[in-house]
Formats: sequence, structure tokens, C-alpha cells
Amino acid sequence: MQTTSLGTPTTSAIVFFLLIVVVALYITYWAAKRTRTAKQFYAAGRTVSGLQNGLALAGDYMSAASFLGIAGLVSLKGYDGMIYATGWLVGWPALMFLIAEPLRNLGKYTFADVVAFRLRQTPVRIAAAIGGVLTVLTYTIAQMVGAGDLIKLMFGIPYWAAVLIVGGVMLVYVLFGGMIATTWVQIVKAVLLLGGVTVLMLMALSQFGFSPGALYGAVAEKYGQTALEPGGLVTSSWDAVSLGLALMFGLLGLPHILMRFYTVPDAKAARKSVLYATGFIGYFYIIIPIVGFAASVLVGRDVITKVAKSGNMAAPLLAELLGGTPFLGFIAAVAFATILAVVSGLTLAGASSLSHDIYLNVVKHGSATEQQQVRVAKISTVIFGILAVLLGILFQGQNVAFMVGLTFAVACSANFPALLLSIVWKKFTTAGAVCSILVGAFLSILLIILSPTVWVDILKHKEAIFPMKNPAIISMTASFLVGWLASLVTHEGTAEAMFEDEKLRTYLGVGAES
Amino acid sequence: MRSVHETLESHEFKSLVSRRWKISIGLTLALFVIYYGYIVLIALDKSFMAKKIGVVTTLGIPLGVAVIVFSWVLTAIYVSWGNSTYDPEVAVLKDQVTK
Repeated sequence: MQTTSLGTPTTSAIVFFLLIVVVALYITYWAAKRTRTAKQFYAAGRTVSGLQNGLALAGDYMSAASFLGIAGLVSLKGYDGMIYATGWLVGWPALMFLIAEPLRNLGKYTFADVVAFRLRQTPVRIAAAIGGVLTVLTYTIAQMVGAGDLIKLMFGIPYWAAVLIVGGVMLVYVLFGGMIATTWVQIVKAVLLLGGVTVLMLMALSQFGFSPGALYGAVAEKYGQTALEPGGLVTSSWDAVSLGLALMFGLLGLPHILMRFYTVPDAKAARKSVLYATGFIGYFYIIIPIVGFAASVLVGRDVITKVAKSGNMAAPLLAELLGGTPFLGFIAAVAFATILAVVSGLTLAGASSLSHDIYLNVVKHGSATEQQQVRVAKISTVIFGILAVLLGILFQGQNVAFMVGLTFAVACSANFPALLLSIVWKKFTTAGAVCSILVGAFLSILLIILSPTVWVDILKHKEAIFPMKNPAIISMTASFLVGWLASLVTHEGTAEAMFEDEKLRTYLGVGAES
Repeated sequence: MRSVHETLESHEFKSLVSRRWKISIGLTLALFVIYYGYIVLIALDKSFMAKKIGVVTTLGIPLGVAVIVFSWVLTAIYVSWGNSTYDPEVAVLKDQVTK
């Protein structure tokens, strides 16, 4: 059996780890000088290019859970892990076709800007902030708990210390470097992750004469042909359809992803960045299963589960086997950078919801000086960063697997319908937007609690009240219906009158923030 | 020069917006067919996915990769339409209202 230095802080792991922290802090130092205005803090001054934003979007989306989790899933369950991987990509084309360009043209810093464009600011901003913050918080909890566990496993430091390190480093660079630092850390992380996994895949394939067929042959020989066939992951079509909807349209309601579109100069660059992001993420999800299959053959399922039952350590173990302790140190540090970058994107999105939507547009009715705006944005960042650390510690050892599903359910049910309707439908009203957001948010939370993932797995009841694992098909439909009905029974003359201005901006980009 | 209202009511603008959504919705539907086609095949007919195409390689493996590749191709189609058709027409219309 392979002896592993996983869980002990080796020199190489510490060196790479410190290197990443130093690079992040250097970027922060460089970015801090360019972070004076609200536009720079929230949107990097709208100077990020399409390619840069594509990498940053990929960095925001390729979490440690998808890197380590999917490799682990493939190594233990074979083909089913691959089905899971495809689901994570399909939101990106939908984001491009339905939202990307109008979002860039209509908004300023948050997606609530778009929903509130023609509608009454106070109620819409509050509702959108509820949907936005809920999404960001649930995703943050999932990321922080995962971070604590992973860092504990890889570096052997205690859970609370791991959460504190992630929270602390992240807070420093978001606070001082704003969106500019966040974007560049995201880019560095994306390049490291794509590069690291590519090297790992090539080293793994070299063991099989660079022939995937030979790799699959070895998998089939060791674990039987069934490892290359679909197993139990997709059984009920309705469950699969509902999960697919959540994955596809949930992306279109993730505040930290949507926010990135305000960092590019125009709609054309927004379009380009999605093409790049889809390419990078797609490539990533195509090579990850190869790493997983190779780990199952070379490391072995018994060793993988011995180190971590979830299979999460399959990729690091493979890295150690093929490249020794230094390569393991590198991959572990990349995983750390991944967590750091994703949490920082989330923190910035959460903070902008509090400061831009609630403070500026509700409390201050849209008028505050540049200094006030930046100050409140920074205070919100600190609040959100501390909240992330506290939640991470609070949820230690809890089963948070449902949290990611909840994030995507709330995102596609609360944020996405109001966003789409506000772009395309002239008669959409304030009441429609508020009802659609609130019904989507609370219905998806309620149904997740009653679903097998919480009601049976966590609350230990015998049978779930709501049969589906992900409620998207019900909650998203309900949100659209309620938004439509509430708009039909209310009438908002000013909103209809402003639709011409909105169209001019949506389609021609006239008046878009520059 | 035309007013904003005239431009928005013009045939050119209306046709551009309607083509934009036709393409968007068409591509979204194509995405649905590709992704759900794959998922529903797995749910309903596992033996099809388990069919061997090589010594051990199953049909499911290239199909899974194909879902990802075609998703990207759809985005590329949209971008090339945007660059070749949408942007030039927008430039003309934009000129009319900003001059």
C-alpha cells in the first residue's frame, strides 16, 4: 500500500502554499493603488479583457469541490462521475444566450441593478438582496466547510485554523484590492489549476502509453466493465430533469458569476468572456474524469477511501504517486488557491449586495459620495468575511452536501426568473418581481428541507415529504408563474414607459455603464 | 436623423431583436436536446450507453465528452453570429440615435 505524506505539512507543500499567499498579497499591493473608486472596487474599473474575464469566470466556477470531488467520484463510482461533470457545464451556453449581454448593458455592479432598472427601487432591491445574499451564503457555507476539511486533510492543520487562514488571507486581498485583486487572483488560480490538472493527466496517461483505451482497459480489468457504464446516479428521469434545470439556470442566478460581467468594457467583451470560460471549464471537465479513472487503477479504490471516505483525495494521492511529495505539495497548494479564490468572489458579491443594493439604493436612496460608497463596501466586506469564517466554524462536521443543491435551487428560482422577466417583458411590475423572488427563494428552501437530502439524510425521518432531491422544476416554475400573475393584476405605468429606454440599452448598449 | 422612438419602432430594430431572440431560443433548445437527450438516454436505456465501441470503451464515454464539446460549439455559433451580424447592425442603429 502507498504510504502518503498527505496530512503532514511537508516542506514542498508549505513552500508552494506560502508562494501562493505571497503572490496573492503582491497582487493586492499592486491592485490597492488602483482601487480608489466604487467602480474600481466593485468592477475593476471595467477594464478587464474578454480573455482575462473568461479565465476569472472559470476560476470562480471551478471550485475545489469540482476538482477534487469529481475526480474522487469517478475514481470510486466510475462512469457516474462523468455524468455529474457534464451537468456542471451546461449552464454556460444558457448564460450566454439569455443573460450575458443584456446584463452587461443594463447593470452597474449587481444583478439587482437590472431587475430594478424600471421598477420601484426599495422593494425590488430588498427582495433581490434577500435572493442574492441567500445564494451567496449557502454557497459560502459549502465552500468553507469543504475548505476546512480539505486543508485539514492535506496540511494536517486543525479545522478552525484552516477556516481562519482562508478567511483571513481572502479578507485582506478583497478588502484592499477589491475586484482588481480578486480578478487577478482568480486568473492565477485558473491558470494554476488548468495547468496542474493537465500535467497530472499527462503523467497519468503516460503510464498507459498515452492511450485512453488502455486506461479504460485497466479500469475494466480491475473493477469490471460496470465501471465504464452508467450506474445508479441517474435513475428517476424527473429527478434528473429537475437537477439539470437547477444546474443550467442556477448559474444564471449566481451573484458572484453575474457580477463579473460588469468588469468588462462592453457587451462584446462579455460575449467573448463566456466563450473563453466555457472552453476552459469544458476542457477541465473533460480531463478530470481521466484523472479519476487513473487514480482508481494506479492508487486503488481501497487506498483512496482509506484516506478519505468521500474519495476527495483521489487526485492528490495520484499526484503523489506519480510526482512524489513535491508534486503533491503543488497540487495541495493549488487546491488551497482554488478555495481562496472562490470564497473571495463570493465575499465580494455578498458585500456588494449589502452595500450597493441595501445601503446605497435603499438607505441612501441612491445618493452617496464616492468615499462613502467605498467605505461602506469595505465595511460590508469585513462583515461578510467574518460571517464566512463564523459560519464555517459553526457548520464544522455537518453534512453540507445539500447546500450546493440549495444554492443552485435558490439561484434558479429566486434570482433568474426576475432577471429574465425584467429584461424581456414590458409589463413586468414591482409586485411581480418581489413576489417572484420571494416565492422562488422560500419555496426552494422549504422543498429542500422536506426533500430526501435533508428530511431523510440529516433529520433522519423515514420518508421524505417531497420526493425530489432538487426542487428546481417546481420552485422555478412557481416563481415564473407568480411573477407573471402578480404583474398581470398590478399595473405600473412608469415601468412600461421606461421600457423603451431599457430596450435601447439592452440591445444597442446606448447609455450602458462605461 | 430619427428619434429614439422612431428607431425602436423601425423595421430594422424590430427585426434585429426578433432575430436575436430566435437564435438565442433556438440555441437554448438545442442545448436542452443535447443535455437532456444524454440524461434521458441514461435514465431510460442504460444498455445503449453500455454498448462497447472499443475493446472495453463504452459508447457512454464519447457521448459524455460530446455533450461538453457541443455545448461549447453552440456558444461559438452564437459568438460568430454576434460578431458577424449583430454587432454591425447595432453599430448602424446606434449611429441613428446618438448622432
